[in-house]
This record gives sequence, structure tokens and C-alpha cells, in this order.
Amino acid sequence: MILLDNALLNPSPGLIFWQLVVFGSLVFILWKFAWKGILSALKEREGEIEGALRMAEETRAEMAKLKSDNDKLVAEAKKERDFIIKEAKEASDKMIAEAKDRAIEQGNKIMEDAREVMNQERVKMMSQIKKDVATLSIEIAEKVIRKELSDKATQQSFVSELVADAKLN
Amino acid sequence: MKMASFNKEFIKVLLMFKYVYSLVFCIILGISPSFSQHTEEHAAATTAGHEEEKFDIGGMIMHHIADEHGWEFTHGVKLPLPIILYTADRGIEVFSSSRLDHGQVYNDYKNEHEHIVRVNADGTVNEAIHPMDFSITKNVATLMLGALLLILIFTSVSKGYVQNKGKAPKGIQSFLEPLIVYMRDEVVKPSIGKNYGKYFPYLLTLFFFIFINNLLGLLPGGANLTGNIAITLVLALITFLITNLSANKYYWKHILLPNTPKWMWVIMIPVEVVGVLMKPLSLMIRLFANITAGHIIMLSLFGLIFIFKSWAVAPAIGVFALFMSAIELLVAFLQAFIFTLLTSMYIGSAIEEHHAEEHH
Repeated sequence: MILLDNALLNPSPGLIFWQLVVFGSLVFILWKFAWKGILSALKEREGEIEGALRMAEETRAEMAKLKSDNDKLVAEAKKERDFIIKEAKEASDKMIAEAKDRAIEQGNKIMEDAREVMNQERVKMMSQIKKDVATLSIEIAEKVIRKELSDKATQQSFVSELVADAKLN
Repeated sequence: MKMASFNKEFIKVLLMFKYVYSLVFCIILGISPSFSQHTEEHAAATTAGHEEEKFDIGGMIMHHIADEHGWEFTHGVKLPLPIILYTADRGIEVFSSSRLDHGQVYNDYKNEHEHIVRVNADGTVNEAIHPMDFSITKNVATLMLGALLLILIFTSVSKGYVQNKGKAPKGIQSFLEPLIVYMRDEVVKPSIGKNYGKYFPYLLTLFFFIFINNLLGLLPGGANLTGNIAITLVLALITFLITNLSANKYYWKHILLPNTPKWMWVIMIPVEVVGVLMKPLSLMIRLFANITAGHIIMLSLFGLIFIFKSWAVAPAIGVFALFMSAIELLVAFLQAFIFTLLTSMYIGSAIEEHHAEEHH
């Protein structure tokens, strides 16, 4: 009972009253003006951080997916390029071969034409020459006849001379 | 998981400190023979002792850890505080505590060892009238100061969240945020469960109230507020009310219809009911005893200088007192932490949905 008489172990009613009043209002005031704001702000920020982290993760996955897509696209493009190059080469080869063929054909045709023209020219020339030879022969004959009238001996030699000449022609 | 094991280790270390602490306490009790003296004896000794003024360490300590009217910072420097009395015959009376200093009588009131009594004209105590004392004592003033500090600190922290929205916390906000988050994630959430939100504001207020008042009590001239049983009584009472008013049917079933053979109920039900009452009682006594013991140790250490009447012991005591102060800082946090932890565990056990520990 000595313990209970001790001032330390006897709660004083006045202090209990003040503690109830002060602590009660402290809980209320801090609840209204501090904890509410602090806790909601903390929660909000944590939500934001979590969202940001999740978004970063998603973005990373998306980037990886994009990269693999890109790689696939590049590979496809390469394949297509190779195909196109191959096709172009084939086409060009074909074109060159065709052109060559055609050129040869054309050349042959030109040669043929030329040959024909030359033939025609020759024939023309031959007929002209024949005509000229005939004319010449007539002129010679004329001259010979004229000379024969003046001198018999000379005529003789002249004719034989002319004949010799004509043979050389 | 890692944090939880860290908590366990932390508490182990603290318990070790407690052993050191009680050892020191025992040593001091052993070497200060006059410690057990009572204030009453001290009063008698000072009036009777005239040949040599003997230093009464027990009286000194009791004076320092008890409440007082007015706030004495050091000998002769006393801040007067209002005395508020209610008596059936006179109603409410308010006057300054300085009116009653040095045993003066004012308005027929006298301060008898911090009890305000009504005196008759001839100076004897009027036993018929018991004035109800609602004075702003040293403890009440500290209580209000602490509450004011908490309001100022935490409204500014709250404002910080509005000002630094979307930015990193700054200043006092960044200092207190880890404590709040720690209390939420490591203490309250694991103990109470997902419905912790309703109780959390009370638990936070409880933690910071005990913490700041423990720290204020360590200041020179500070009051021993959290080492006052009236304060811890109210805190424990609120915890008791919250726990039992929010308790669900499983909690009451565990107490009133325990899972034992029926004939055991004669023993089990009283044990369980006592358990319900012992929980807040232990909270009340733990905080009160720890803080008061801390103050007694510090005062005893300083008292030793006067007992030995020698300057030579002062350096040793200084080192010892410094060591104790460091431990007291730790205890200031620890006791606030434990009170909050146990409160949340009691609430948690009362609102637990399914009964996990049937075999317990």
C-alpha cells in the first residue's frame, strides 16, 4: 500500500483530464491537417513511381519487339533486294543477248543490201561499159574507114595496130 | 522478409541494452543508500536537521520526476503557471502558481507537496474540502508544448507534399518521411493487415507524441511527461478502447468460448479476461517505468557527486552520464516504437478475420 501512496504511482485527475483533452485534439488536428495530406500524397507518389516503373518495363518490352521486327524487316528487305538484283541482271543479260542478235541480224541485212546495191551498180556499170565499148568501136571503125580512103598501106598497118590494141583492151 | 529479420535483430540488440541498463541501475541502487528515502522523510529531516544539512538524493530525484505547479528550470528560476481549481462551494478559481511559492497561503489555498489544499484561518488543513486541481502544471505545459510542436512540424511536412508535388521531398519532410513510411510498412501494415488505414492516424500520432515527449523530457529542465502514469494511463486506455470496440466475433469467441474442454473454462475464461486487461496495463507500466527509470538513473548519477562531496568523481560520472544519455536517446525512440508496435498488434489480433492459431 506504500506503493499506492507514492505520488509517482497515483495518476492525478487533472493531468488525466488535460491529457485526454490535449491528446484527443492532437489526434484530431493531426488527422485532419497532417496525416490525411501526407498519407494520400505518399500513396499517390508510390502509385506514380509504380506506374512509371511498369511503363518503363512495358516500353523495354516494346523496344525489344520493335527491334526484332526491324531485324525481320531488314532481312526481308535484303532478300527482296537480292531477288531484284538477280532479276535485273537476268533481264539485262537477256536484253544484251537480244540486242546482240538483233545487231547481227541488222548487220547481215545491211551487208546483204549493200551487196545487192553493189551488184546492181556493177550490172549498170557493165552495161555502160559495153555501151561505151560499142561506141568506141564504132568511132574506131569510122576513123579506120576514113583513113583507108587516103592510103592503102597505112590503112593496113593501122588496122592491124587497132586490132592489137583492141585485144589488149 | 529481409526487413523483418532486421527488425528482430534490432530488438535483440535493444534487449541486450536493457540488461546493461538494469545492471547499471542495480549498481546505482547499491551505492546510494539514501535513495529509498521518501519525500515525507526528507521534509521531516530538513526541519529537524540543524547540525548538518544532509544531501537527500531520494528527495531530489522524486522532486525532479514528479509534477509541479510552476516550472522550475533551476533553483530560483521558476516560470509561474496558472493554477485552476474547482471546489463545490466556490466554483472555478484561477490564479498564478507564484502566489503559492514558498508555502504562501493565497485565497485560503496552500501548496502541500504539490497538492493544493484549502486551509482554515488558523493555518490547519481543511479536510472537508477537496479542491479538484485542473492546473496547468509543468507536465500540462509540456504536454501542450509537445502537441504544439507536433502540429507545427507535421502541418509543415504536409505542406511540403503540396509544395514539392512531383518532386523529391525536402527538408524536414525528407527527414520524417522515412519514419512514417517505416511505421506504415514495417510496423502497422504487418501487424494489422490490409484494414490498417482506419487506425494508422491514431498510431502515427501515438508514436510521434511519445517520441517527442520522451525527447523533451531528456532536455535539461524538461518534464518527465511520458514517465508520468497519468499520461501512459490515458494512452493505454485509448488503445484498450480501440482494440475492444473494433474487435470482431472471433476475438470474443476466443475469450468467452475458448477452444478447450468445457470444464477448463472455469480457468480459461478468467485467464483470458485478465489477459485483455493486462495488455493495456503492461503498456501503461512499461512506458512509465522505462522513462522514469531513465530519469532516476541520470539524477542518481548526478546525485553521486553531491554524496561523495568531491570534484574527483565528476569526470567519471560525466562519462557515465554521457553514456546513459546516449542510451536514453535510444530508449526514447524504442519505447515510442514498442508502444506503437504493441498497440497495432493488439488491434491486429482483435480484428483478425479467420482464427489462424486454433491450437494456440
